[in-house]
Amino acid sequence: MMRWDVHEQPDRLFAATGGRSRAYTEFDLVSLVVSESEPTAGMAPETVQILRLCRHPMALVEVSARLRMPVGVVAILLSDLLAEGRVSVRHPSSGAGGGGRSAPRGVEAAPARPPLPDTALVREVLVALKNL
Amino acid sequence: MHSKISETADEAPLGDVEAPLSDTARDAVKIVISGGFGVGKTTFVRAVSEIDPLTTEAVMTENGVGVDDVAGVEGKSATTVAFDFGRISVTERIVTYLFGAPGQSRFRFLWDNLFVGAWGAVVLVDTRRLADSFPVIDHLERKGMPFIVAHNRFDDSPDHTLDAIRGALDLAEAIPLVACDARSHTSGRDVLVALLDHLHTLSAAQEAAS
Repeated sequence: MMRWDVHEQPDRLFAATGGRSRAYTEFDLVSLVVSESEPTAGMAPETVQILRLCRHPMALVEVSARLRMPVGVVAILLSDLLAEGRVSVRHPSSGAGGGGRSAPRGVEAAPARPPLPDTALVREVLVALKNL
Repeated sequence: MHSKISETADEAPLGDVEAPLSDTARDAVKIVISGGFGVGKTTFVRAVSEIDPLTTEAVMTENGVGVDDVAGVEGKSATTVAFDFGRISVTERIVTYLFGAPGQSRFRFLWDNLFVGAWGAVVLVDTRRLADSFPVIDHLERKGMPFIVAHNRFDDSPDHTLDAIRGALDLAEAIPLVACDARSHTSGRDVLVALLDHLHTLSAAQEAAS
């Protein structure tokens, strides 16, 4: 799974993340985050904003864009909130770190090939897209 | 180095979120829209997305690994890149995030990051600058990432047939090639349907073989 680095705006980011440079929990760009609690007095402004944005599910990458903070920084903040039980995370079922389907036996010769998504899931998305 | 690669996407708005996802959304699917500079990636994402395209940035390294491996190490380059994305709620449960990824080979490290976990890619091509799409098509073929090619027809683009484009791209018959108008919601939707159709064929074939 990908990790995101933190170099931008060092002072602000150092303050926001307590100086740590990587998330302890790995998130996918499209892991959906949901608030499990409301902001309380004394919380850091970034935390308050995250909890408000995620009243409805929102992908890590979208939280990052709306907060105007790099993805890596938001991932660090989210890993703290996750550890504290203030948010929950719905990771993608296929793709990085998710389920997906492994290549069948005998195809190991091409290990770089990413797993294809589950056929039934593809069909569900295909049918829904056609009707949009 | 700061590479600003977004061409036209808006700054992320603060305040109320337009079109929030349904509370039942629990699975996100990633699809990459790639192609050369100015080919219409952001236009495409804007046409099909339920939100105005957003831009964010991340620091990425050449080899796609974390800061721990790069800090203090000379010779590996970490680059801040901005990228655009939009989303489509396809069902109550599933949301698709669409990422715009530039097709120039100097963005190879961005592809490696964005393609991780992606279902597949759409490569937009412009017949006036067909060669711009060669690097990303090569990359996708090497990585085994499912993709289709969509010819974004500009009003003044030469009247190439799809067969001629397929020949010029040396594209295998198995890779779908469609024409589109990146400004049109319906046309963009049809391109995504073509990608999903292709994915379904590949996935069903693999299922049958296993």
